[in-house]
Amino acid sequence: MNDQGKNTENKDCLPDSSNGPLLELANISKAFGGVQALNDITFDVPTGIILGVIGPNGAGKTTLFNVITGAYEADSGNVRFSGKEIRGKKVHKIVTQGIARTFQNVELFESMTVAENVMVGCHVRGRCGFLDAIIKTPRAKREEQWIMKRSSELLNFVGLSSQADQRSGDLPFGWQRLLEIARALASEPSVLLLDEPAAGLNATETRQLGSLIQKIRSNGVTVLLVEHDMSLTMTISDMIIVLDRGSLLAKGTPREIQSNEAVMAAYLGKGK
Amino acid sequence: MCDMLLSRINPIRFAFFFLVIALVGLLVDNAYYQQVLILIGINTLLAVGLNMLMGYAGQISLGHAAFYGIGAYTTAILTAKYQIYPWIALVIAILLAVAIAVVVGLPTLKLSGYYLGMGTLGFGMIFNIIFREWSSLTGGASGFVGIPSLSIGSLSFESGRNYFYLVWFSVWSVFLICSRIINSRAGRALRSIHDSENASMAVGVDTMTLKLQVFVLSAAFSALAGFLYAHYISFISPGSFDFLMSVRMVTMVVIGGMASIWGALLGASLLTLLPEWLHAFSEFEMVVYGLVLMLVMILMPQGLTRGILDIYERSREKYRK
Ligand SMILES: Nc1ncnc2c1ncn2[C@@H]1O[C@H](COP(=O)(O)OP(=O)(O)OP(=O)(O)O)[C@@H](O)[C@H]1O
Ligand SMILES: [Mg+2]
Repeated sequence: MNDQGKNTENKDCLPDSSNGPLLELANISKAFGGVQALNDITFDVPTGIILGVIGPNGAGKTTLFNVITGAYEADSGNVRFSGKEIRGKKVHKIVTQGIARTFQNVELFESMTVAENVMVGCHVRGRCGFLDAIIKTPRAKREEQWIMKRSSELLNFVGLSSQADQRSGDLPFGWQRLLEIARALASEPSVLLLDEPAAGLNATETRQLGSLIQKIRSNGVTVLLVEHDMSLTMTISDMIIVLDRGSLLAKGTPREIQSNEAVMAAYLGKGK
Repeated sequence: MCDMLLSRINPIRFAFFFLVIALVGLLVDNAYYQQVLILIGINTLLAVGLNMLMGYAGQISLGHAAFYGIGAYTTAILTAKYQIYPWIALVIAILLAVAIAVVVGLPTLKLSGYYLGMGTLGFGMIFNIIFREWSSLTGGASGFVGIPSLSIGSLSFESGRNYFYLVWFSVWSVFLICSRIINSRAGRALRSIHDSENASMAVGVDTMTLKLQVFVLSAAFSALAGFLYAHYISFISPGSFDFLMSVRMVTMVVIGGMASIWGALLGASLLTLLPEWLHAFSEFEMVVYGLVLMLVMILMPQGLTRGILDIYERSREKYRK
């Protein structure tokens, strides 16, 4: 299904190397009091890949997302998106530029319906304010119709169409995660950050999630995936970075990571 | 989809509301009842404005009586002292309330929870002191007398019936404005702040600007209410715009049910009628509001409207079993 609003050509006609990486982090550090959550992190994310981000609890994965999305400002370093510096920008500005996220502990607008959650997700692609709403300007009507159409497409894409009118807080947990993804896609991001999207899902749901993420990527969205579920991360990621206590421990293809001894020692070994 | 349903139901509701206002205005002849209904209408304006801020955006204000007072005093001073045409005074009163809301809102809305409550409380108190102490302008503690009555051309609003229509069609318009906002892009963004400000920012809502906008909007409605109050009673004093009034406004919103414009109507009615019925408790008004607030929050956190509906649904289910 290609109802993402992103055309697949996007990816094919932009060879990764010619235009430079989509997202570049250079020497990013972030400390909380005495805890060095991120320590001199440098890596690039080429357009159109799925980048797995793994590491033990407290490694700094969520902090990395918070720094990229502007929720926290890094103590030092640069974050460049499409070649432009975004460090220090406000969260909503960064979303507008094309970086969307989901949360490790699902954060839906619980009192609102499933459809409304996605409609709020479309926020940055609209421009009508209070006055347009009050006098019902033609552009407000047009925009409202567009938002409705777009959100029903997205609900269809994640398979939640029949839940559209339910209160989102009443959805089963697995579906809440899907809804959060739909809401994030509604901003038409070019980069999507998923923070442990498989946590709390059963095996079937996790498999479906995997193919959903691949579909999102094939629609031209670059994905950063923080995930503890190794089989999911290893199968769908093109590249993987490993964080350990705030530092970048390793970087490579899933195969390289699996045979990296430092990683095994720091992380995978513990899991087994 | 529910929004399509809403957009179909809404016009019917508003047409019905319009008819009810027209009919009640025709049928009620008794001057006392007219007065009570007018006061309910003015309180409803206050409640529905504050409800946009509290119920929908989730931001508390314990100082909104200040905007009510700014509306009332501005029009009183302009019309009685400077003979300015009242409808122009209305525009100036609202603009002044808006300007003050921007100045006050910018720093205070950065606060959250208790701090926002304390910030707005302080702001309300400062304005009450201004109303009380700037006697040369406001008449001080003894109040401001001689506010002229309203008219448009030859249509005078001196009679109870005409004033009833003026107030209630204002309520009707403000309800329409609010309901349109709530079901729009900006309104959904507003509601999302209430549920999770964090997520709201993460989907790209400029929460600070939006909170400020709705703060300003509710200030404008309060100023409108103040204008209507001043020209109705023709006498105002600082006591009508004090901390107790701010608490009364919050109580109206909470009782009626946050995030419900029709609930604001219920809350305003109850809080206008109760003191009328129970003159005895006027000394303890503050205590009573405190208790009511606590009880509603504990027993029916969604407000009376939702609470009663819930009880009704639960009892129906019991009978079915
Ligand atoms: N807001 C904060 N205030 C203080 N310390 C924080 C904050 N956010 C993160 N930390 C600390 O930074 C470190 C990295 O946390 P982070 O949440 O990024 O880890 P993570 O890799 O996402 O872990 P998990 O797999 O458990 O989600 C931890 O030691 C954490 O306690
Ligand atoms: Mg985390």
